[in-house]
Amino acid sequence: MDAFKIIVLAKQVPDTRNVGKDAMKADGTVNRAVLPAIFNPEDLHALEVALRIKDLFKDSTITLLTMGPVRAVEILREGFYRGADDGILLTDRAFAGSDTLATSYALSCAIREIRDFDIIICGRQAIDGDTAQVGPQVAEKLGIPQITYCEEIVSLNKKQVTVKRRLEQGVEIVACNLPVLITVNNSAAPCRPRNAKRLMKYKHATTMSKQQETGGDYLASSSSHTHLNIKEWGISNIKCDTAQLGLAGSPTKVKKVDNIVFQSKDSKRIEDLDEDIGILMKELIDSHIIG
Amino acid sequence: MANFFTDNPDLKFHLNHPLMQRIVELKEDFYKDKNEFDFAPQDFEDAMDSYAQVLEIAGEICADIISPNAESVDHDGPTLKDGKVEYAKGTKENIDAIVKAGLMGISLPRKYGGLNFSIVPYVMAADIVSRADAGFANIWGLQDCAETINDYADEAQKEKYLRRVCTGDTMAMTLTEPDAGSDLQAVMLKAHFDEDRKVWLLNGVKRFITNGGGEISLVLARSEEKTQDGRGLSMFIFDRNDGGITIRRLENKLGIKGSPTCELVFKDAPAELCGQRKFGLIKYVMSLMNSARMGIIAQSVGISEAAYREAFSYAQKRIQFGKPIIEFPAIYEMLAMMKAKLTASRSLLYETARYVDIYKSLAHLSNERSLSKEEKEEMKSYQKLADMYTPLGKAITSEFCNEIAYDSLQIHGGSGFMKDYPIERIYRDARITSIYEGTTQLQVVAATRGVTTGAYLNRMKEYENVPIKPETESYRNILVHMTEQYEEAEARVVVQNAEFIDFHARRLVEMAGNIIMGYLVLMDVQRNHDYWKTLEVFLKFARSKNMQNATFIGYSNLNDLGKFKYNIAK
Repeated sequence: MDAFKIIVLAKQVPDTRNVGKDAMKADGTVNRAVLPAIFNPEDLHALEVALRIKDLFKDSTITLLTMGPVRAVEILREGFYRGADDGILLTDRAFAGSDTLATSYALSCAIREIRDFDIIICGRQAIDGDTAQVGPQVAEKLGIPQITYCEEIVSLNKKQVTVKRRLEQGVEIVACNLPVLITVNNSAAPCRPRNAKRLMKYKHATTMSKQQETGGDYLASSSSHTHLNIKEWGISNIKCDTAQLGLAGSPTKVKKVDNIVFQSKDSKRIEDLDEDIGILMKELIDSHIIG
Repeated sequence: MANFFTDNPDLKFHLNHPLMQRIVELKEDFYKDKNEFDFAPQDFEDAMDSYAQVLEIAGEICADIISPNAESVDHDGPTLKDGKVEYAKGTKENIDAIVKAGLMGISLPRKYGGLNFSIVPYVMAADIVSRADAGFANIWGLQDCAETINDYADEAQKEKYLRRVCTGDTMAMTLTEPDAGSDLQAVMLKAHFDEDRKVWLLNGVKRFITNGGGEISLVLARSEEKTQDGRGLSMFIFDRNDGGITIRRLENKLGIKGSPTCELVFKDAPAELCGQRKFGLIKYVMSLMNSARMGIIAQSVGISEAAYREAFSYAQKRIQFGKPIIEFPAIYEMLAMMKAKLTASRSLLYETARYVDIYKSLAHLSNERSLSKEEKEEMKSYQKLADMYTPLGKAITSEFCNEIAYDSLQIHGGSGFMKDYPIERIYRDARITSIYEGTTQLQVVAATRGVTTGAYLNRMKEYENVPIKPETESYRNILVHMTEQYEEAEARVVVQNAEFIDFHARRLVEMAGNIIMGYLVLMDVQRNHDYWKTLEVFLKFARSKNMQNATFIGYSNLNDLGKFKYNIAK
């Protein structure tokens, strides 16, 4: 039976879906301290796409790769709970301040280090930046084709993948040779729940630096239970040009952030007659507000 | 993200009861699995952390999947296709999520693929699932039957069937027949041993079987020819894959519509004997029923929780006469009473679960090593308590559940009568709790023993001597007074003949239940003072209810039997 080596790219993000009034700091940047850190929602959809491949091709492996502070190890555990086989935390002070270009460079260097893969899957975009750039940039840097806006994998064999893309105007079925990078929409199937046994197995899994930090009780057991050690890579573990990393490698400069409050500018009253509602509907469709 | 475990602090409160230390060390046999299974706990704290985190998974699935599916499942229901049950679409999604989350076989041993959780967290999951969808709670909760296989089947059967339960096969408890409902001694479905095929074959009809189309069933059948009573019955494990079964019809029910209730026809259906012949009813069904009753207590509490929450949120939002209706005494009085009944029910549920936990763990340990004298006594005393509290709990919490659902719908007014709000479904779902797994009337029969032997009274006297915080003494005084009143009523009834005892049994059992629940909530107040308001409300209810029952009994004598009978005669 075919087996696939899958890499899922994931990001830990502040939960911007339930923002309170203190979500933004006075200077206009995100107040990460008050927002819970979560698994980027579309990356969870991406993980589910990977898990479904593994459901069909049992010997496939899923490696979760995330770049972020040490705390991002939390989402690797979340990935383990749901069925990922391996996880790598890419963390180093040198990565701090990366924009999408520097991030995709660092990720692509890490993937080169992993070397052997058939499919890379990631969410279309992260809810803290909404750029949708990292996935495509990683594909470009690795010199492999990409399929964006994936909703479902239609078929897969060792040579080729066929994907259903969800676009604004409808769906598109495309086929592509492997290796390939796929970005996944939130219209894809939601990720399966965490599994009780896997949770109990991996709940103490962490990185070496985190273990040293906490001097945890499970240090001793983690040397006998190797699954509790999560790989932690810094710049010394990947071949990279440090000039392309972090702030130095990030051409994006934030000049100013404005707080924008959406408000209605004008209002219009209509009667609840079919005719009036019909006119309103036509106006809304013509102005592309709905449709 | 919504979560039915984390949004309800009462659950964590009960999960963290001091008795858990003993419960967990017994269940884990002093953490002996830790080197064999990578998901087994290292110590008590680790086990408790796992319980809480796994319940969080259950809470998330309940809030995000099962509860949102409840309306469509109730509407669509299961269907019958070519003699097989097809679940509603939502039910399939629920099962898929539950299986992927590994929430089947929660209490089964790890070596068969289970989580080896103690009863308390398992019951808590049942509480949460029932709040989300009481009908689905049945399909999920029938994994209970696996407990009976684990307790009494042989090793090969355990290996074969328990593994399948842990990976998602659903079960059924196939007992009832058209002429054998409450009276299971009358079961006629025939089992005979086919000498050629060297296999037991089942022939006959079963009715009202919840999830009768499940993959694995425990079937009560008459294995002994020319017998008429319970001693001729044995228990069989039936594997649906072996064929010989047709589902003749699905009942169209008032509530729990997502759970298929089947009429089954067995025709030379091959089955395996479970345990010893002739012990089907007297031993195995009793064990099945005890855990099933515990399941219904959990279901009653879960439905009560859902009903209370619906009423609370509606009463806050609904504006009449210029203010939210929750501000009117007529409404907040009802809500407070509902909450008090819910809280007391839940305390009784987890107290009973703890008793079952300890004695069952000790019983399992006794199969592996001989118990010390203290352990044997411990097992006996907890088993006695479990046997006392289970019928009491089933009777009281299921009746409370119906009352709470009734009041919740009432608070919704006309809207509650429409299909637009969940309470309409919850109200219908609540109705079965006081009927199945033994009606309230039959629970009272079982609980009456606790009245006549003085066991409930002794328990109340024990509670009188538990050290409590001085500021809560006044509550205990109320309970002591209620106990005296109960003692008086009991004495008046128990000296008379058996019919007179049965005539007043429900009143006495209710009185005992109210006092015991009062004490349990008083104990809750010791651990968390925030429960004092609920205790006050509950005591107001309990005291007046007991007064009513005491008055009835106080003005009653043997002549009543004739008068009541005469009154209904033609």
